[in-house]
Amino acid sequence: MTSAHAITLKTYGAVFTALLLLTALTTGVAFLDLGSYFNTVIALTIACAKATLVLLYFMHLRYSRPLTWVIAGAGLFWFLIMITFTMSDVLTRETVTGLIR
Amino acid sequence: MSDSRLVHAHQFDDAEQQRDAASLGMWIFLATEVMFFGGMFLGYTIYRSMYAEAFAAASNRIDLIPGVINTTILILSSFTMASAVYHAALGRGRALQISLLLTIVLGAAFLGIKLYEYHEKFEELLVPGALFSFPAPFSAAAEIFFSFYFAMTGMHAVHMIIGFGLLAKLLFDARRGRYSAGYYTPVELVGLYWHFVDIVWIFLFPLLYLLGRHL
Repeated sequence: MTSAHAITLKTYGAVFTALLLLTALTTGVAFLDLGSYFNTVIALTIACAKATLVLLYFMHLRYSRPLTWVIAGAGLFWFLIMITFTMSDVLTRETVTGLIR
Repeated sequence: MSDSRLVHAHQFDDAEQQRDAASLGMWIFLATEVMFFGGMFLGYTIYRSMYAEAFAAASNRIDLIPGVINTTILILSSFTMASAVYHAALGRGRALQISLLLTIVLGAAFLGIKLYEYHEKFEELLVPGALFSFPAPFSAAAEIFFSFYFAMTGMHAVHMIIGFGLLAKLLFDARRGRYSAGYYTPVELVGLYWHFVDIVWIFLFPLLYLLGRHL
């Protein structure tokens, strides 16, 4: 059977509450000055936690077949490749041109 | 009527395999959606790495309250969508219809607030173009930030409008008793789509609204 039966409304309610709390947390933390680096890391970590909750429970990924995980993972993996490779270029351009000179 | 939907198409072994295939197809579509939005997130990342201070200053000009309210509304609509799938799977037609209707209402509330926010941006001259105005020294880079703001929230809003059409179709069919515990695949697939749109917003909210709040 598909996944939908495996999750109760109570679980959905708990996930919903967690998502609201994380929204409050990310908004609150944004007002603390932790240095722009840590502010960004914390904001993205909380966003990833929220997205994971939505994926696992609302989208039933936790109870889905391995093949579904492969597709979801492929989307994520492709995105990470694009960000990593592009930023490794953008963020090091000045260093590299400096070396060539 | 609805029982005839239990019969699977000839290329599938059984109804369960047919349902799994449909769900997998939806996940593949969502993976392409990651690529679609991914390009904009990448562009945002590049320009933010180049103009970090200007992005933070520009972000502070966005009113936080409507953003927080909208995030809450969208999470709530994801909950009502999840409960729609839940009730559909148990064959509870009435609860399914109510959940779908709530999801539509919440989605409309989100877009209404978004409209108010856009209107605010026009009044404050924060819409990229000839009238754009932002104090020096960040005026040029702030315009880039707001270009991303409108492109990303705009494409997100387009996805929600498409979601309305899908939800309306589900509600229409649910009222005619098209779904049962044995067949509710469309409800499940639209649910996946709606939750994906929610995830996009989960990332847009901190990246657009919360950048420079501590400054």
